[in-house]
Amino acid sequence: MTLATKRAMTAYAFLALPLAFFLAVRFGPMLYMMGRSLTSWGLLRKTSSFVGLGNFREILADPVFLQSLSNTAKYAVFGAPAVIALSLGIALLLDLVPRGKGAYRLIYVLPYITPIVAVSWVWRWMFQSPPLGVVNAGLAALGLPAQEFLNSPRQALPSILAVNVWVELGYCTTVFLAGIQTIPSEVVEAARIDGASARQVLRKIVLPLLAPVTFFLAVMEGIQFLRIFTQVYNMSMQATGGPLNSTKSAALFIYQKAFVNFEMGLASAASLVLFAIIMAVTLVQIRVLDKKLNY
Amino acid sequence: MNRFRPIAAALIALLALSAFPAFAEKVSITYWQYFYQSKVDLMNQLIENFEKANPDIDVEQVTFPYESYQQKVAAAIPAGEGPDVVNLFYGWLPLWVKSGYIQALPQSDFSADYFKKGFYPFVAESVNFGGKNYSVPTAVRTLALIYNKRLFREAGLDPAKPPKTLEELAAYAKKLSKYDAKGNLVQAGLLMQPNGQGHVWIREVLFRQFGATPYSADGRKVTYADAKGAQAFKWYTDLVTKDKVGYPNFSTDDVTAFKAQVGAMNVDGSFRIATLNAVKDLEWGVAELPSYKGVKSNFASFWTHSIASGVEGKKLEASVKFLKYITSAEVQELWLQKVGELPATPSLSAKYKADPVISVFLNGLGPAHATSYVDEAGQRAILVDAVDEVNLKGGDPAAVLKAAAAKEQKLIDDFWK
Amino acid sequence: MKVRKAGVAAAYAILTLFSVTMLFPFFWMLMSSLKDATQIFQMRLLPAKPTLGNYAYIFLSRSSRFPQWFLNSAIMAVCTTLSVLFFDSLVGYTLSKFRFPGKKLIFLLIISTLMIPTEMLVIPWYAMARSLKWVNSYWGIMFPGMISAFGVFLMRQFMGTIPDDFVDAARVDGQGELRIFLRVILPLVTPALATLAIFNFIGNWNAFLWPLIAASKPRMFTLPVGLANFSGEAGSDWHLIMTGATVSMLPLVLVFLAFQKQIVRGIAMTGLKG
Repeated sequence: MTLATKRAMTAYAFLALPLAFFLAVRFGPMLYMMGRSLTSWGLLRKTSSFVGLGNFREILADPVFLQSLSNTAKYAVFGAPAVIALSLGIALLLDLVPRGKGAYRLIYVLPYITPIVAVSWVWRWMFQSPPLGVVNAGLAALGLPAQEFLNSPRQALPSILAVNVWVELGYCTTVFLAGIQTIPSEVVEAARIDGASARQVLRKIVLPLLAPVTFFLAVMEGIQFLRIFTQVYNMSMQATGGPLNSTKSAALFIYQKAFVNFEMGLASAASLVLFAIIMAVTLVQIRVLDKKLNY
Repeated sequence: MNRFRPIAAALIALLALSAFPAFAEKVSITYWQYFYQSKVDLMNQLIENFEKANPDIDVEQVTFPYESYQQKVAAAIPAGEGPDVVNLFYGWLPLWVKSGYIQALPQSDFSADYFKKGFYPFVAESVNFGGKNYSVPTAVRTLALIYNKRLFREAGLDPAKPPKTLEELAAYAKKLSKYDAKGNLVQAGLLMQPNGQGHVWIREVLFRQFGATPYSADGRKVTYADAKGAQAFKWYTDLVTKDKVGYPNFSTDDVTAFKAQVGAMNVDGSFRIATLNAVKDLEWGVAELPSYKGVKSNFASFWTHSIASGVEGKKLEASVKFLKYITSAEVQELWLQKVGELPATPSLSAKYKADPVISVFLNGLGPAHATSYVDEAGQRAILVDAVDEVNLKGGDPAAVLKAAAAKEQKLIDDFWK
Repeated sequence: MKVRKAGVAAAYAILTLFSVTMLFPFFWMLMSSLKDATQIFQMRLLPAKPTLGNYAYIFLSRSSRFPQWFLNSAIMAVCTTLSVLFFDSLVGYTLSKFRFPGKKLIFLLIISTLMIPTEMLVIPWYAMARSLKWVNSYWGIMFPGMISAFGVFLMRQFMGTIPDDFVDAARVDGQGELRIFLRVILPLVTPALATLAIFNFIGNWNAFLWPLIAASKPRMFTLPVGLANFSGEAGSDWHLIMTGATVSMLPLVLVFLAFQKQIVRGIAMTGLKG
């Protein structure tokens, strides 16, 4: 055996177990689920049979699934831009201040590293109606009317969305701040000397240079909001995605179909639909943003 | 090395000696129930007693959160990972018997006569399928009106005179409700929580009191959505939307609100006695459910124990023994004291006729009905959503109820298909 | 110059206002955890009579399962993290420092698994865990996270910064390949290992969806799953829920304060996500 083959054998030996892991725990299950999405697989049934695209037809005709998709769209369409705009603003402000940057950043990152379950219950407690909810107590102190928050089909989704923005803010701010710090100061200084105003510097130099970071975050956050589950599970009454399904996300719908009703075939079909949406959105985002970056 | 050999041999012998008898003879069975603190604590104690009396049997208690309990059982039994003895809500029996999760109890130990003599008639009826008995309960539960005496006094009401009719109930509820300067409800006169006991109060009590019949005799036709049923439903939702004496999820839920003393009255079950007694500074009373035009009704239900299908031989023997013990007269009384549920054997209740709390729940058994559910969770959700439709989306109660009845009918039809 | 100063002052004002929004929920959680069952329902910013009774109940009461959940979370987060550290650095090292056919394909294969979100996989994982009788065991909860594709990516990047000479020199010394990896390479990448360890620990400590599915018996719950099940048929004990929430984030705050530099650097570098 040559030295090179011996080394290659070593490499294969090192990789054997991890590769087996990825095949058995990632690819295998994915393929398995694709196959099973075409069957009447249910844990409460003794047998399952091939139903073709029947599961897909059934869930796409299910008004609750369609509502969960539209809710998911709302989370993503309003949530991701909100968190990106807010964090960009904060990062720019942070860049402006000469001192205390680190301390502020730490505070902003805190929600991001705490368990979402804990955070969800804290907000649920704060969102209670009077006389228990501290947010409503604050509104009352300011002379504003009390809000229903999680009890209302109109306000519940925005409330959960706002909490997720609060969670993700620190992460995006940190990434933006790192991006801003990579902008060479000579470029900015040169523009200043040429008489550019602060606003012009921001619009013509800083923002374009931040485009790649913004693009990265848009994709990350888009996916994050499309996958929203834990917040909805913990903040809606009895984990149902209520009131009246108004907060139910696609991920929660899939969870309920699979692990409450044990309709695994239907749930597999639903999760493939969500997967396709996530993939499509990611690709579109890449295309559109790529074009914008290279105009 | 040689020096250690005798010691090792002795150790092994000792281990074998101590382990062998247990290994050879002990039967272990598992008991599943959902997690409710007072029940779990008591069951631990009962298992200890039982194991002392039956050193050859080992019982393990496994508990699951209430919300996921039925699903866990349903998934585990067909896979052979389930319990031997299992606790279930009577409303699930039809589904479980049909799905083959549980087996008929041995005739020798649990004959029809055994049930006739020792249990309430509605219990005997509910556990019998095709002439075979599938389940046996320790306790039964009914509903009553519970109320906060301190809040009664504050509102100028006599805590010794709780409301007797629905009209009085509504009037009391209005007097007991408090609002802040902005008109927000800060103290609920009557807690309205359909996903608690509210849905059964509507289903088996209000519908009947207003003259509707909720279901056909065999339980397969939903019949509550007539004019009278709509009236009953409207009476309930009006309390939320017009009188604003309470609303679903006020202060999280009815139990939390009552414990926090921001809810003055609630319709709740006897199993709450232990929970409420544990709250410091809470002075609470209990009264029979208010009547309407002289009609009384109540909702009786029970959690019951069955033996899972596939349990046989020594495990079956042990399971029967355990079942006999946890439904014995001795345990029924302990259950009443520790959990608050009423003995399933009528004769045991005699001595509590004078107890101010227990007697009220016992009286509820007289006019009580038990719903024949096919899917308790699904049927519950339909009425809960119906109340939300009226309360949150301004739906017309009669139309909403009609839609709910259609949904429930479909659920029942799908089950029997 | 004056305008600039005013701008900075305004920036401070806005940033501080935001900080209050970010911190208030934690403050409210902590204060709520210091109130007893009665005080919790009184609207006061600071508890009238602060008490540690909730903490005592959560940790010492016989009927509290919190200590068990805490232990479960700790054991599983530590075990998964150790496994990830070992395997990810081994794979990263192999993919960076060895030459062999199929190297690029294997790397792409591993990286492409990042595209499959957890939500897609829990259904087949559950079917797998059921048929192998892994449900309600530590292994059943841990197995999907034993190796992380992201860590592989990260470690491969880091391994690239190590000159090949180091490896070659060790080989000339006649050391075994595994020994070279453990004794020579790993010490050189400790900063990367630290970052990976911290993030993996946090990710596992906070994980919710899979533990929720894989553990149905309360004694197997992790902290987040236990916390989510705190409120039940007997109403919501908000004072205990807030105490549980505080306790569940305590270890993370400690980790965070101890390793804030690595964490911030880690986030900035890559945006590591569970």
